[in-house]
Amino acid sequence: MDKTKYVIQAKNLKKSYGANKVLKGININVERGTMLALLGPNGAGKTTTVRILSTLLNFDSGTVKVEGHDIKTDADKVRSVIGLTGQSAAVDELLTGRENLIMMGRLYRLTAKSGKARADELLQEFDLVEAANRPAKTYSGGMRRRLDLAVSLIATPPVIFLDEPTTGLDPRSRLAMWEIIRKLMDRGTTILLTTQYLEEADQLADQIVVIDGGKVIAEGTAKQLKSKIGNDRLELNFADTKNLEAAVKVLGKNVTETDEKEYSVSVAIKDTNKDVRNTLDILAKEKIAITSMTVHKPTLDDVFLSLTGKQKPTKTTKKGAK
Amino acid sequence: MAVELVFEKKPRILLAVQDSFIMIKRSSTHIIRNTDQLLGTFFQPIMFLVLFASVFGGAISLALPKGVTYLNFLMAGIIVQTVAFGSTTTALAVCNDLQKGIVDRFRSLPMNNLAVVTGHIVSDLFRNTISTIVMLLAGLVIGFRSSASLLDWVAITGILLLFTFAFSWLAAIVGIFAKSVEAVQWLTFIIIFPLTFASSAFTPPEVMGKYLRFFASNQPITHVIEAVRSLMLGMPVGNHVWLAVIWSIGILAVAIPTASLLYSRKTS
Repeated sequence: MDKTKYVIQAKNLKKSYGANKVLKGININVERGTMLALLGPNGAGKTTTVRILSTLLNFDSGTVKVEGHDIKTDADKVRSVIGLTGQSAAVDELLTGRENLIMMGRLYRLTAKSGKARADELLQEFDLVEAANRPAKTYSGGMRRRLDLAVSLIATPPVIFLDEPTTGLDPRSRLAMWEIIRKLMDRGTTILLTTQYLEEADQLADQIVVIDGGKVIAEGTAKQLKSKIGNDRLELNFADTKNLEAAVKVLGKNVTETDEKEYSVSVAIKDTNKDVRNTLDILAKEKIAITSMTVHKPTLDDVFLSLTGKQKPTKTTKKGAK
Repeated sequence: MAVELVFEKKPRILLAVQDSFIMIKRSSTHIIRNTDQLLGTFFQPIMFLVLFASVFGGAISLALPKGVTYLNFLMAGIIVQTVAFGSTTTALAVCNDLQKGIVDRFRSLPMNNLAVVTGHIVSDLFRNTISTIVMLLAGLVIGFRSSASLLDWVAITGILLLFTFAFSWLAAIVGIFAKSVEAVQWLTFIIIFPLTFASSAFTPPEVMGKYLRFFASNQPITHVIEAVRSLMLGMPVGNHVWLAVIWSIGILAVAIPTASLLYSRKTS
């Protein structure tokens, strides 16, 4: 096997806290220049995995290599090639944005001069120039996350860990964060991202690993996973049984579900724009009136429902503890 | 990428020292920006000094050697007490870092991690120095007079810095050990309060009961206070200077490795 093909390699990773088995043998391989998304509900073991891979946490058994360096014997070498953005934005609250960046740059062993230049560049890029000289505690949630990510990029490490980078952000900040992450990918950074949002993994990742209860329960590209869990569906509502029956007749085999009490039908769609338009065209041609329609995307609940046959687990396992 | 990144090419040991300086700068910035705490640095010692001098002065001066005013006697005690309580700041700062995500950030960097603790301790040394100077000035205003020579003052400064440094390492251990900022507060209180009161800080141990007197006469804080006091007032120093230095070095010899070990345990 090509040694440099996989930048992050974890084999049979196990970790328990006492009797509580948090990771029960996780295998992860991230190819150079790609993004792997670790998808799972709270308590699935995502954060624990990231904390282990980023040298923050010991593990019980298995092997981990990052850029060819063994994480147990060469932790400092691993640390010089990784950047980490955790769930709670890890910036110094009393220091300004610029001071945070410069300090972390120095700790990454950048010279003072190049650290400063790089800090200014990142402030520009992350839209933090105006706030650069304010203490970080005055920042909004979105700004803090941006600063946090900027800090982990200060020495442009080739490997980045993003632990739920958009959890708790408003939609606009989330989109801004996605844009930034995409830029990182364009530059060839290898990324491991954890998320609870299927859509996020779908939008960004090349490979998705779904974990639950400390085990990998599925993996593949977004496309492969989606084909497993079903497509988007279009739900149409009608005013009465007459319209409903007519619709079922003309839509034929596309109908996946009919609810006679609610006068609604569900239609499987693959290409949202095209299929919705086609469906509406068919109905319009037959002069069948709808009262409302909704596009449903598969959610994490659907993933779990179809992969494990059970609802999204609610039990909370102890998360990557201190 | 527009900016070319240049990395340091120093030996490891120098980089570790550099890390400490970076962290000292960080913690010192905290002290300056944390205005509430900064006010405490100035006012608390003055308040203690004036209160103790005026509340206990009358009663305790009866137990003092002839010719020694209570204010002159008190000065060394109150400085050491302030410095001891001041070390709480180190404990709080260390605990705060550990509670927040920032410690993970530091740990994911190729840096010397103990530098985080060192930064707090050294910046605490700066802060305590400022408190002590403020207190001495306030003392002078209300009538404190010292007969110490310049050389004596150099010795006093050395003893106090060494003691503060040692005590802050103990405080760091409390900060690492405690599970919350609240715990730090009561832990440091129940450790420092008895240590500073059961000493020669406010009264000569001679007036205490038998067992307490034995403890108060032989514990490290008393040696530090007595060393500083005798140097300030031109009294015979006896063994106190050496015992103060030996105690401080002894504390450092135990506290630094213990803190390092606990810190790396806590963070892995």
